Amino acid sequence: MRHAFFRTLETLAAADPNLWLLTGDVGYSVVEPFAAAHPGRFLNTGIAEQNMAGVAAGLARCGHRVFTYSIANFPTLRCLEQIRNDICYHNLPVCIVSVGGGFCYGAQGYTHHGLEDLAVMRCLPHMTVVAPGDPVETRLALQAIARLDGPAYLRLGKAGEPLVHAADPPDFALGRALTLRQGRDGCLLATGGLLAPTVQLADELHREFGVSPRVLSLPTLKPLDHEAIRAAARETPILVTLEEHSSIGGLGSAVAEVLAQMGNVPPLRLFAAPDALTPAVGGQEWMRHRHGAPAAFVRRALAEAGVIPPSAPSA
Amino acid sequence: MPMLSSSQVQSRAVRMRRHALRMVHAANASHVGAGFSIADLLAVLYGGVLRVDPRNPRDPNRDRLILSKGHAAATLYAALEGAGFLTVADLESYGQDGAILAGHVSHHVPGVEFSTGSLGHGLPLGCGVALAGRSASPDLPPTHRAFVVMGDGEQDEGSVWEAALFAAHHRLDNLIALVDRNRLQGLGDTEAVLKLEPLADKWRAFGWAVAEADGHDIPRMQSLLSRLPLAPGQPSVIILHTVKGKGVSFMERTVAWHYRSPNAEQLAQALDEVGQGHSSGPEEAP
Repeated sequence: MRHAFFRTLETLAAADPNLWLLTGDVGYSVVEPFAAAHPGRFLNTGIAEQNMAGVAAGLARCGHRVFTYSIANFPTLRCLEQIRNDICYHNLPVCIVSVGGGFCYGAQGYTHHGLEDLAVMRCLPHMTVVAPGDPVETRLALQAIARLDGPAYLRLGKAGEPLVHAADPPDFALGRALTLRQGRDGCLLATGGLLAPTVQLADELHREFGVSPRVLSLPTLKPLDHEAIRAAARETPILVTLEEHSSIGGLGSAVAEVLAQMGNVPPLRLFAAPDALTPAVGGQEWMRHRHGAPAAFVRRALAEAGVIPPSAPSA
Repeated sequence: MPMLSSSQVQSRAVRMRRHALRMVHAANASHVGAGFSIADLLAVLYGGVLRVDPRNPRDPNRDRLILSKGHAAATLYAALEGAGFLTVADLESYGQDGAILAGHVSHHVPGVEFSTGSLGHGLPLGCGVALAGRSASPDLPPTHRAFVVMGDGEQDEGSVWEAALFAAHHRLDNLIALVDRNRLQGLGDTEAVLKLEPLADKWRAFGWAVAEADGHDIPRMQSLLSRLPLAPGQPSVIILHTVKGKGVSFMERTVAWHYRSPNAEQLAQALDEVGQGHSSGPEEAP
C-alpha cells in the first residue's frame, strides 16, 4: 500500500502544482522520489507533528492541497487538536496519512499499534476516513481524496500487501462499499489489511460447504455506505465485521450504528482488537491471532447463525 | 490602506475599548482584560500596517493576521469594525444566542482568517501562511505576510517552540510574531507559574530577530511595524510589554479581570476611564 500511495501521489503532484507533501521525519527510502521531483513542495517538518498539522492548515487556507505523513499514531493522536481546530473546523483540503495502521508494527509495542485512529478520526466533522484493503483501493482512494474540498484521513498498511482486486472495481467511489463476493450466506464486512484474509476465507467456506457469504470491502468508514449495510441486514442471516482496530469506534461500531436504527436485524459479530492491553507483543499475524484467528471467529459466527454446520472444524 | 496618524490610531483604540466593554457587559462575557493589553497593538495593525481591504477581503495577496490568543475576540471584533469589516450592529450580536461572533475568534466572522481559542495553534498556522507567501524566486518579495499575536502565557505551549524552530530553519522573514507580554496568565504571574524569562533570549536562541517595545506606545509600534522584517532572512518577533486591562484602573494588572464581566456600574466607570473616542468615522478624515 505504501508503494501504491507514493506512486499515485507522485503522479497527482505532477498534475497539481499546489500539492504538497509534509513528513514528520518519516519515510526513509520512500519519500525521496517525491522530494527529488517536487523539491519546493516537499518538506520534512521534523519530529514535530503539532507544527506539521498547523503548517498544513496554514498552507491549505492559502489555496494549497497538503498531505501530512507519519507513522501509526503520530500524525493523528499526537496532534489531534490541530486536526480538529485547524484542519476540520476550517474544512481544509489536508489529507492526514498514517502508515502502519493496526498491528503493522506489532512487535514494536503498543506505542506503535494504530488501534484508535479510525474511531477518533471518524467523529471529527468534515473528515472523510479511508482505510484501503489493498494497493488498488489505495490508488483509487488517493485519486478520489485529491479531488475532495475538505479533510481526509488515509490509513495505510506498510508494504507488500497482496492484491485483492484483480482489476480496478468500476464502481469505486469514496463512501461506497465494494462487493467482492456475491452471496446471501451471511455477510463479511472488512476494512484495511483484513480484506485479503476475509476474501480468502469466503472462498474456503465455499469450497468446504458450498455456501456463499457476501464479502463487502469498506475502504471508506466515513461517509459509510449505509445502503450496502442495510441490504446485507435485510438479505443475509448474520453480519461479521473484520478490522485491525479497537472494538470501540471502528468499522464494527459504525455498522452497529446503522443496524441499531433499523428494526428486526440479524446478529452482528465484531472481529476487532479487544479493549485490553497485554504485555506480550509479536508480528502482525501474531497480534491478529492473539485472541483467536479471524477465520475461526467467522466460522463460529456463521455456525451460530446456521449458515455452516455447528461441528465444523476450524481451519 | 494608508497608515493612520498616531492620534487617529489612538482614537480608534479608544473606540475599540468602548465597544469591547459594551460587548462583554451585554454578553456577560470574560477576557476583557486580555483584550485591552492588545487593543493598542490591534489598532496599529489595522491602522495601515496590515495590507487588508474590506472591499476585497479574499485578495490572495492580503496579509493574514492570526489572533492566537483567541480569547481576546471582543477586542479583535471591535478592531474589525474600525477597519470596516464589521458594523456596530454586528458587534452588538457578540456572545448572543445564534451569533457568529463567538467568545473565541471565529473564521465565520468577516475579516477573520483563522478560528482560534486553544493556545499554541497560531504560530504553526502562521508558518504555513508565510510558507505559502514565499515567492518562487528568492529575489522576489513574498506575496503576503503572516502576523501572529500570541499571549505570554501561551509561550508555555510546546507547539509554539516547534513552530519557532521551523520558521527560523526555513528563513520565513514574512512571518511576524507579536507577544503580548502582560505578565499574567490563568492563575497568576507568568514567572511564578512557569518562568519565561529571559524570553527575548529564548527567541534569539531559536534564530529569530527580536525587538521589544511598550505595547501601548502607538508611535513606537507604528515605527517598528512599518519596517519589517526586523532582519532579512529571519522571522521577526516583537515582545510588547503591556498592561493587562490597560485603560481601566480597576482592571489593570489583575488576574480577576481575565474572568470577570463588568456590571452596569463598572461599565459606566470603565467607559468614562477609557475616554470618549470618536463616535464614528471621523478618524478616517484627512
